Amino acid sequence: MKFAVIVFPGSNCDADCYHVVKEVIGQDADYVWHQDETFKTQYDCIVLPGGFSYGDYLRTGSIAKFSPIMNEVIKFANQGGLVLGICNGFQILTEAGLLPGALVRNKGLKFVCKDTFLKVENNETPFTLDYTQDQVIQVPVAHGEGAYVCDENTLEKLKANKQIVFRYSTSAGETFPECNFNGSSDNIAGIINKKGNVLGMMPHPERCAETILGNDLGKHVFTSIVSWLKGGGRNGE
Amino acid sequence: MENNTGKPWVELGLTDYEYEMIKEILAREPNYVELGMFSVMWSEHCSYKNSRPVLKTFPTEGAQVLEGPGENAGVVDIGDGLAVAFKVESHNHPSAIEPYQGAATGVGGIIRDVFTMGARPIALLNSLRFGTLSSARSRYLFNGVVSGIAGYGNCIGIPTVGGEVYFHPSYEGNPIVNAMCVGILEHKDLAKGVASGVGNPVMVVGAKTGRDGIRGASFASEELNEASEEKRPAVQVGDPFMEKLLMEACLELIKTGYVVGMQDMGAAGLTSSSCEMASKGGTGIEMDVALIPRREKGMNPYEIMLSESQERMLVVPMKGKEDEVQSIFRKWGLDAVVVGTVTDDGILRIKEGEKVVAEIPAKGLTEMCPVFEREAKMPEKLAEIQKCNLMELPEPANYQKTFLDLLSRPTIASKEWVYEQYDYMVGINTVVRPGADAAVVRVKGTKKGIALTIDCNSRYVYLNPYVGGKIAVSEAARNLVCTGAKPLGVTDCINFGNPEKPEIFWQFKEAARGIGEACRALNTPVTGGNVSFYNETKGEAVFPTPTVGMVGLIEDIEKVCTLNFKNQDDIIYLLGENSDELGGSEFLVMYHGLEAGMPPDLDLEKEIALQECTLKLIKEGLINSAHDCSEGGLSVALAECCLAGGMGAQIRLEESTLRPSSLLFGETQSRIIISVSRESADKVKAMAQSHSLAISKLGVVQGKSLVINGNSFTINLTLNEIEARYKGAIPCLMKG
Repeated sequence: MKFAVIVFPGSNCDADCYHVVKEVIGQDADYVWHQDETFKTQYDCIVLPGGFSYGDYLRTGSIAKFSPIMNEVIKFANQGGLVLGICNGFQILTEAGLLPGALVRNKGLKFVCKDTFLKVENNETPFTLDYTQDQVIQVPVAHGEGAYVCDENTLEKLKANKQIVFRYSTSAGETFPECNFNGSSDNIAGIINKKGNVLGMMPHPERCAETILGNDLGKHVFTSIVSWLKGGGRNGE
Repeated sequence: MENNTGKPWVELGLTDYEYEMIKEILAREPNYVELGMFSVMWSEHCSYKNSRPVLKTFPTEGAQVLEGPGENAGVVDIGDGLAVAFKVESHNHPSAIEPYQGAATGVGGIIRDVFTMGARPIALLNSLRFGTLSSARSRYLFNGVVSGIAGYGNCIGIPTVGGEVYFHPSYEGNPIVNAMCVGILEHKDLAKGVASGVGNPVMVVGAKTGRDGIRGASFASEELNEASEEKRPAVQVGDPFMEKLLMEACLELIKTGYVVGMQDMGAAGLTSSSCEMASKGGTGIEMDVALIPRREKGMNPYEIMLSESQERMLVVPMKGKEDEVQSIFRKWGLDAVVVGTVTDDGILRIKEGEKVVAEIPAKGLTEMCPVFEREAKMPEKLAEIQKCNLMELPEPANYQKTFLDLLSRPTIASKEWVYEQYDYMVGINTVVRPGADAAVVRVKGTKKGIALTIDCNSRYVYLNPYVGGKIAVSEAARNLVCTGAKPLGVTDCINFGNPEKPEIFWQFKEAARGIGEACRALNTPVTGGNVSFYNETKGEAVFPTPTVGMVGLIEDIEKVCTLNFKNQDDIIYLLGENSDELGGSEFLVMYHGLEAGMPPDLDLEKEIALQECTLKLIKEGLINSAHDCSEGGLSVALAECCLAGGMGAQIRLEESTLRPSSLLFGETQSRIIISVSRESADKVKAMAQSHSLAISKLGVVQGKSLVINGNSFTINLTLNEIEARYKGAIPCLMKG
């Protein structure tokens, strides 16, 4: 399998995602520069990594969507290609219109870096196949603008279509309001598009993909992708 | 230029004596641009003119040292062709005036120092000190500084993995903000700040030059006063995004092998970077300020040469490689402009077009700076303070309450409120996170890990600078050792008052003597650092604060040791001895309102035995946890071991004959708490004995409470009760 990790000026989790794809799950990966107008080779999955693309000075992810490579990413996604956006990558996906809603300032108005528990709400996606339904995983967050918001109508649709993939929970999987440290709608930590090929999540699975870093359950976001692709993709769209 | 004295040099902070020296160096009167350049380069911040004779007494050599003081950062070898570059720097005065930008640009500056060496920065640490949190101004500064560090470090994507925060009234008007950066490099990529090769081009790369931070270095070398607020324009504004681009471009450039020399434009900007590069290379530099990319129109040569605009570097590439340099910087959207050339006449010649606006021997600005041997005198009242009789103080009525109160002292309490705002994981190397004795980052592609810490208890230094200096080094090393790391080297940040006062200079000399002695004994040479004097407000100096940053090497990252108790029924031992020493303790100031007595003693031989033994125990996998006893003493250290792992302990101290306050809260040095499985207990005891090291059983890991029983006291608290106070203290104060 071949992954592309997009590098925007200001991306800072690009090397981390690359490391996990290459060294931890043993797949092929390329860095792709944001100025590239086309992909020079065929990719199986595109990763939009975390960081502060363009400094996030205007609004998180809002400038990155104008990078030349984003046209290709959008085309790739529209053709059903797998796109994973983590943290700033999630913010870019919402700005680019590939995912509904938006990410706004944390409710405490401060950057928060810590471990969170996530409940896997839907394990039937290409990104969560290797988890069990309702499994609780411990995954770090590190963001200042990670509160997921959307209108009521969108939220209802997300729920109805099982598009909410990860929610902040307790270690036992209870999605209490206290776990919702950043003030996201409905404890949302990650969502998928309706078609099921574009996932955005604020927590960083690449930061918990090796036991030396605390736990390695995050790597299954990446292994799921490989499992899915080996299975030939989802049918019956 | 206007001035009231008729002596423009005095307005710029130079003395008549220094002005005469400048005339001698130039063999004529300097013009105003030249005078400005001398004034910043001869400021304490750039020249170390008051500290150099003392700094020379530090040990700076060792088999592991690849680059000692004098470069942008120190470099130590970690084997496998890899090295660690590290450095600490102060940004106290800017942070006092403009906490967010002051702290942010402090971080930006220290990161540049490290990647200038050809190293990829992999970790940041900081040492912070503020007044008490009951003051609104201290809360404002604390909040702003932490946000500034977070804003810069998080954006650029270098994890802030550790540090320390103290609160004390002496820092009310003058906080201490020391930032440390650590990077990894391959030996072959080591870059230096040297301009060599006559005819090579001199290039300015990175951000454009503006009017911000003009003469910031001089501002940093004065005492703060009511008028300091007006110097807000001397504080630079940081742009971490720009620095991220600059860092990536510079690291990419170094990999090409085209770089002859590279220097960060930090304090004193273009002036310092050019004269230091030429001076180190034994060359001259000629450059045209008209060619320097500027942010605003109408800047004169004085402003251009003295601007401290951030995120800029001076690069000397090989002649003929200008286009390659430019194409790398263009890719990152940055300027890279040839502004001059390296010459052979030793002169820093600044032109504006064809007109020469300054012409100074490069070494005149650097090596020829006057050096002062200041007078040193022990403060009159100190002997009396040291003699204060602490043996007859009344004991606390309720030890459990005192213990909880101590845990909620902001200096002791959990700093989670601080480090949760820092991205301490980006880079996916952080193996031991903030809140431990030392942070540990792995070195990808090897089995190695690097342990990092920054330490200083300034109250000890105040009470006895010599002992306090020894303790600062020893404790830093002990913190590293608790993770299983062998200490390699030191970067120190000297934060003191006005060195022209004999009492302050005495503190400095004595502290340096202690630091030097401990560094020699522990084989941790000083590889660089920073001196920040004039930390005074309205004539009152801060506590003398020589912070010690230290790096250590863990050969096998799988064997890393942490502080948390891990298994029920493990036996808890104390390596080292308890003793009756309350002087300088947090307990003494909290309960008795006294900052008096002698600080705890430090016997370097005992310290070495303790550290060697602990390292062996970890290496052989005989212990499950290790934690240094520091502020708050044995009881607080035990609580930290419990909270970190969510496991309680039953502690029995009935056999001790010490008074309970000393036993529980005294800050005796050279003590480490370890936990050991029952099977390993005998081996551990034998190992301690073979190092002639005292070892005593404290109790066992058990349950979800911490119970400490002594002759005349009992502490019995659930971990939830302890955690509420320990973690709740700072958030609660910051809401106030």
